[in-house]
Amino acid sequence: MTYSTQPAEHLLSLRGISKRFGAVRALTDVDLDVYAGEVVAIVGDNGAGKSTLVKILSGVHPQDAGEISFEGVPVTISNPTEARGLGIETIYQDLSLCDNLDVVSNLWLGRELLTNGGLDEVAMEQQSWTLLRELNARIPSVRVPVAALSGGQRQVVAIARSLVGDPKVVILDEPTAALGVAQTAEVLNLIERLRERGLGVILISHNIADVQAVSDRIVVLRLGRNNGDLRVADVTSEMIIGAITGASDASLLRGTRPAAVAR
Amino acid sequence: MTTTDIPTIADPNESGARAAVRDFVARARGGDLGSAPVVAGLIVIWIVFEILNPTFLSSTNLVNLTMQSAAVGTIALGVVLVLLIGEIDLSVGSVSGLASAVLAVGFVELGMPLPVVLVAAVASGALVGLLFGLIRTRFGVPSFVITLAGLLGVLGVQLAVLGRTGSINLPFESWIVQFGTQWFLPAWLSYTLVVAAVGSYAWSQVVLARRRTEARLPAVPLRTIIVRSVALLVLLTAAAWYLNLSRGVGVMFALFLLLAALTQLALTRTRWGRSVYAVGGNVEAARRAGIRVNRVYVSVFVLCSSLAALGGVFAAARLAAANQSSGGGDTNLNAIAAAVIGGTSLFGGRGSALSAVLGVIVIMSITSGLALINPDSSLRYIITGAVLLLAVVIDSLSRRSRAAAGRA
Repeated sequence: MTYSTQPAEHLLSLRGISKRFGAVRALTDVDLDVYAGEVVAIVGDNGAGKSTLVKILSGVHPQDAGEISFEGVPVTISNPTEARGLGIETIYQDLSLCDNLDVVSNLWLGRELLTNGGLDEVAMEQQSWTLLRELNARIPSVRVPVAALSGGQRQVVAIARSLVGDPKVVILDEPTAALGVAQTAEVLNLIERLRERGLGVILISHNIADVQAVSDRIVVLRLGRNNGDLRVADVTSEMIIGAITGASDASLLRGTRPAAVAR
Repeated sequence: MTTTDIPTIADPNESGARAAVRDFVARARGGDLGSAPVVAGLIVIWIVFEILNPTFLSSTNLVNLTMQSAAVGTIALGVVLVLLIGEIDLSVGSVSGLASAVLAVGFVELGMPLPVVLVAAVASGALVGLLFGLIRTRFGVPSFVITLAGLLGVLGVQLAVLGRTGSINLPFESWIVQFGTQWFLPAWLSYTLVVAAVGSYAWSQVVLARRRTEARLPAVPLRTIIVRSVALLVLLTAAAWYLNLSRGVGVMFALFLLLAALTQLALTRTRWGRSVYAVGGNVEAARRAGIRVNRVYVSVFVLCSSLAALGGVFAAARLAAANQSSGGGDTNLNAIAAAVIGGTSLFGGRGSALSAVLGVIVIMSITSGLALINPDSSLRYIITGAVLLLAVVIDSLSRRSRAAAGRA
């Protein structure tokens, strides 16, 4: 594997991020880089700090120390609206959909299009179809309540919704955790389509097979610290698991030197 | 861009009525019954009372029924809003009583001009709602408890406003009492309003269908729009004609219908309305979507209490009096029952302003029908309670079958 496939544009860069909750050090000195058109998986055991890292990026909690720069500019993200304003969209594990509303209403919730002061349902529905078609998503009708959709379809709606605001980075928190085999494949295809659109994708997952199938780079967290930044093409699932559990030496795995992955 | 993968809502070869029936059956199987149970229930209630007492469906009695409905219906409209965001307001009766008291004391005892007093009465309700909304959002106390406390507290304020007199009669010549008891639309005006309402409905549907066709989206066929509009026109004209056999359509009742229509428009055509449904469906999702959830809560509580206050004004205008029992007794429960019987879910996120209209007509039909048979109110309470229970059971069952059909 060579470096030539590495996308050049540096979208998001975190340096020395630390976060404490009382006496608990959730994150210590964590670095993370995301490039445009790349899928970065963040893996780690329970309590490794994955969720905390996501919450810092999506503006739920600010970090205690460390810098975030977005497109090369230092930024502070103090609330979810600011994160969205920068172009960072988060798809939470529970999908955050309103079951009683239809697909169009969910896609545009909070940023509805208006015409003459009222909702512009026609424009919203039309753009919803365009978006879903671009994603090759199979949704029977955009006017059914979201509750009528299957788990995979709901995930598709949640992902499509994150694209309505034209983001630059999309964070997916355990998108395949509750899905069957076929639906998982569909969602992984969708993640690849996000990459093709030139977005930076951050994928949080427990499932090593999914991570290997779709991501370009794997960032391993262990006990709130970086424990490896691996190129997927260069590693086996045993190596990833080794980094997650701490069986492999963190210092050897840190950085993207291809030599480092050989034990 | 192709349109091949867009499903059509109705087969163009199928007639509008048949497509509508098929669509309804499909939705009913999924547990989305809409207004069907309440309309069916209303027909049964009317048939039963008509058999028991042939004056029930007389034009005179129905005119009375509409005039009785306006006050409680306006209160129920506010309750619908509160239920839509998944909250409850138990204080609407007391708030309506307070507004009655403010109206009577301000107008009769203090001699203030009517418009000022009316604004003060509705503002007193808005203030109570603002207080509820702020307590709900600042402290996170369940609205059930806040408004239960409000029920008592506001009742106390009502008694304090009334002072030692206890009961104040409004002068019969004042326009507010005339409005509540004597003002009816002239026959020609009632028909004109029916035509105007149906016409604007049909026109908006045609414009929408044209825009959708231009945008290559499935649109309601013109034939369906015509069938629906004509059906609506026949129904409303017949209703107006029947009421016109007696005194006609009361201005107060027409105002209530106008308020219901405006509320429905606000709920379905504005961002605010969309956020009301979103908050009722999933508060956390609404918050993450950037909706200012606290503002939605406060605005809904303010609107609910303001509508309750307006209902109190209507009640005082109709009875030409305000006293210590204004807004007491069964006002509270009738208003909440009307909203639920009309089809607004107690679980939040489902319902419409139309349910206040249908629900209040059901409640008032029972009240009026039983009063004709037996002036004792014991039976009335029992039957109203049973109907409310039935409505809640239907709500829970349809929720369950929605879950079974994957539409929870």
